[in-house]
Amino acid sequence: MKPLARLISLLPAYPPSLAFAGVLDLVLGNIARENSMAPLIGKTVRINVLDMGLELNIRVDRKGFSPAGSYASPDLSISADVQDFLLLASRREDPDTLFFSRRLLVEGDTELGLAAKNTLDAMEMPKISFPSPARVLSALLKPLH
Amino acid sequence: MSLELVCPAGSLPALKTALDNGADCVYVGLKGNTNARAFSGLNFDVQGLIEAARLVHARKRKIFVALNTYPQATNLTEWNKAVDSASEAGVDAVILADMGLMRYASRNHPELRLHLSVQGSATNYEAINFYREHFDIKRAVLPRVLSLQQVENVVGNTSVEIELFGFGGLCVMVEGRCLLSSYVTGESPNTAGVCSPARAVRWQKTANGLETRLNGVLLDCYADGENAGYPTLCKGRFEVGGETYYAIEEPTSLNTIELIPEMARMGISAVKIEGRQRSPAYVGQVTKTWRSAIDAFHGGRRSDPAWMSALSKLAEGQHHTLGAYHRPWK
Repeated sequence: MKPLARLISLLPAYPPSLAFAGVLDLVLGNIARENSMAPLIGKTVRINVLDMGLELNIRVDRKGFSPAGSYASPDLSISADVQDFLLLASRREDPDTLFFSRRLLVEGDTELGLAAKNTLDAMEMPKISFPSPARVLSALLKPLH
Repeated sequence: MSLELVCPAGSLPALKTALDNGADCVYVGLKGNTNARAFSGLNFDVQGLIEAARLVHARKRKIFVALNTYPQATNLTEWNKAVDSASEAGVDAVILADMGLMRYASRNHPELRLHLSVQGSATNYEAINFYREHFDIKRAVLPRVLSLQQVENVVGNTSVEIELFGFGGLCVMVEGRCLLSSYVTGESPNTAGVCSPARAVRWQKTANGLETRLNGVLLDCYADGENAGYPTLCKGRFEVGGETYYAIEEPTSLNTIELIPEMARMGISAVKIEGRQRSPAYVGQVTKTWRSAIDAFHGGRRSDPAWMSALSKLAEGQHHTLGAYHRPWK
């Protein structure tokens, strides 16, 4: 099992959106704070990990990523299986390809989804800080403190 | 002369991926509506273009800038400035459609190489020669509506280099003259830079299937497991004469990889891969496949069936066609 999948499989033990927001914030938080994600600021995004039955609700603001309540109706909703999310995150698969084969579904504000996709695509990989396992673990455990 | 492989780049990572996988040239657009892939977050700002040109030239490849939408009286300055920026960045060519912009470029930047965009809708050699005589264009990209016989007729009657689309989105209209999407959104790709503005697109899963709407108009409804396409009017399913079907074109991509020997024989100069809107993963996979195919042809090696399966996976609707190039009855 890939490290991220293993992490995600741990999530149900904790409030999933809270933990996921913590990890996202570690990886992409600086980018959100640098204002590179301007179209997403103030928006809520729902990530549906279909094969795991996970629904993660994230809010993006100038401070970074934070969890949003599951009752919130999101501005954008993205659904796929965990393996496909991993392929997208590692840039091994193109989202349009997954959409054509119905493995990726984007509902809600399409322009927001496209802006987020293009912003992430335009980032040089070294700019994205991949956190150490210890930092990921502490982000996951934060909800318990 | 070897067929030149021209690959799309909507971002710097996509551009690097294209170079890494063997593109001879990359083509890019500037942010704003000056090109026909004017999507939010896509494309290069002026500083990014300068950096991109430096990177491409360091690797001894070429970079073209698409400025292929039509400026209006109120925003002409923005398009002219884009030509200036491309020239200052030292790019190898600009790809233009509008005659006024061509005049501006040829007068103000006589050293800048001009290509006629597919958006210029030139489908015959008289039109192409007109552009050569007046603006000294060096290359023309042909619309995807001609048969191979018609393409050959063009190539045989002009000294302008001819670039053909090899893979990607299949436009069934005469590009540059399509107003279909403005019928429901009020914006046409020729002036606004996109076929379907993302803000007008909505996907929704319903009891009937996955519904695609453009500005509220239902374009298609995909059953579970049915492959999907881009949310454009020309690839929608409509009720015509009591039957509901893809009345104009089904979701499909153009794929001419099997025509490489034909294209080389005719004297085609370059093959263009569509898809500046797509992610680096697509650019890498398509570029790699076409590089192998072109090299195999020039090296006298046989074609590899793996090329087709690699490309089919990336195609719109997971389906590809030779489009108008193939007219066996002709």
